[in-house]
Amino acid sequence: MIDLANLTIVKARKALDAKQFSAVDLAQAYLNQIEKKNPELNAYLEVFDDALEQAKAADDRIAKGKTAPLLGIPLAIKDVILIDGKKITAGSKILENYVATYDATAISKLKSEGAVFLGRTNTDEFAMGGSTENSAFGVTKNPHDTGRVAGGSSGGSAAALSANLCLGALGSDTGGSVREPASFCGVVGLKPTYGAISRYGLIAMGSSLDCIGVFGKTVEDAEIIFNAIYDKDPLDSTTISDTTFEKRKNKEKLTLGVPRELLHGEGIDPVVKKNFEESLEKYKNLGFEIKDVSLPSIELALAVYYIVMPAEASSNLARFDGVKYGLHVDGPNLLGDYVKTRGQGFGPEVQRRILIGTYVLSAGYYDAYYSRAQKLRTLIKRDFEQAFELCDVLLTPTTPGPAFGVGAKTADPVEMYLQDVFTVTVNLAGLPGISVPAGLTETGLPLGLQLIGKAFDEATMLRAALAIETAADFKHSPAKWWSL
Amino acid sequence: MITTEEIKHLATLARIELSEGEVEKMTSDIDSILDYVGQVQKVSGEEKRETPVLRNVMREDKVTYTKGQYTEKILANVPSREGDYVKVKKIL
Repeated sequence: MIDLANLTIVKARKALDAKQFSAVDLAQAYLNQIEKKNPELNAYLEVFDDALEQAKAADDRIAKGKTAPLLGIPLAIKDVILIDGKKITAGSKILENYVATYDATAISKLKSEGAVFLGRTNTDEFAMGGSTENSAFGVTKNPHDTGRVAGGSSGGSAAALSANLCLGALGSDTGGSVREPASFCGVVGLKPTYGAISRYGLIAMGSSLDCIGVFGKTVEDAEIIFNAIYDKDPLDSTTISDTTFEKRKNKEKLTLGVPRELLHGEGIDPVVKKNFEESLEKYKNLGFEIKDVSLPSIELALAVYYIVMPAEASSNLARFDGVKYGLHVDGPNLLGDYVKTRGQGFGPEVQRRILIGTYVLSAGYYDAYYSRAQKLRTLIKRDFEQAFELCDVLLTPTTPGPAFGVGAKTADPVEMYLQDVFTVTVNLAGLPGISVPAGLTETGLPLGLQLIGKAFDEATMLRAALAIETAADFKHSPAKWWSL
Repeated sequence: MITTEEIKHLATLARIELSEGEVEKMTSDIDSILDYVGQVQKVSGEEKRETPVLRNVMREDKVTYTKGQYTEKILANVPSREGDYVKVKKIL
């Protein structure tokens, strides 16, 4: 019996190489758990029928004395990242039964390491949402409290990892879709610098914001997956190389910046503020220097995001027309085919964002919304550059509150959008961010801490993340859930 | 204040068919979202939009796959086909 609750990628690697258990044993242990727990959680949309075959192939390589950090490690993949020959829906009816025709670059890199893909995980439709309640295939429940959401849009990946239904996972993050569910589910969620991980084979939402991100139970695990997949890619011209940004020196003592104006905003749960202040204390005790910094344009970041992102999404989603893939609803003529397919294939949130994008890009409103938002985005970026002259890593909570109840925020889209207040700024500035579990509410819900690093300085950010992870001594498995 | 007529026009532009009930719901939702994002108009508008340093990302213009490598996979996903063609309704 493998102790999945306490297993990490680091431990599994040692056990696999020492032949304490095989990759097939490990995959089978996860498949058994998925069979038992997934019906209640709805984390996986599909479990791949060749998972054990993949594990067998990994065992063959291990038997030949080969090793790689992720060889034989069972992972879950968000349903927006293409795996050749597997179904992929982006959580949408419009892509139901669509089969990927090639591997995403991140997938081919994981395949070459010999990772095992257990299945594809639930997401808000086209990754648009913060709770997976916009998925056409039902909500994912939070393993810490199944009356609550797992967060989103990568809620399936976060819940699967938190409930020990995989050992690591991929997600995507356009405005917080890796960090927010990581915070809600008590796991580590890393969104790298824009362009660090190739997006070839990621279904696009907002192309100037989208990143593939990773989930790990620990900072070290997240780093292992990140290291396996980040690279310059000729198939994605936006990928960056080691020389794109100047090299950062490895400082002995790190300074953490705290953007105080963000914490004074409305709607931030007192328990989040308390956890944040306690984490600051822990950092002080660890010898970090803490400095208040100012990001004056940040209060407009959420408004800027909800203009830029729908504008880009409305363009990206024009390709779903009932002609090339997925759903086709017949109309009286070709135009009728388009409007019926898109009317019935897309859910309400996706339609809302397409219409808003169409509005802010239309000739009469372009200057008032889109053009203004782009100018403000420049100011936000500059705010971060100035803040980073004073500190090495920025610190905020990941979300304004712990995981909320299923259905609690679905009536008002703006209230749902406010969940993203701490995370979207990072995407607008193209910086790396990570959510680390740093505490619990009185009822046992996880609270995440967000660290923001300089561009392509994931290393320093991860160092600070590791420090708080150790100091917080967070127990990863949801106690209530696991004892069921 | 956005009107139901404007929403219908946007839906036509975006090629999305909405029922009367959906138009109504969409109008109030989008109105409150535009009200929120409209904050961006409070700032002066004097700021310059900076274009970051741009550089070309070029690759050699050569075929990277073998002919027909993806044809069957891609066409297998097409809702309607005729031979190796995607079939659509006539537009003329």
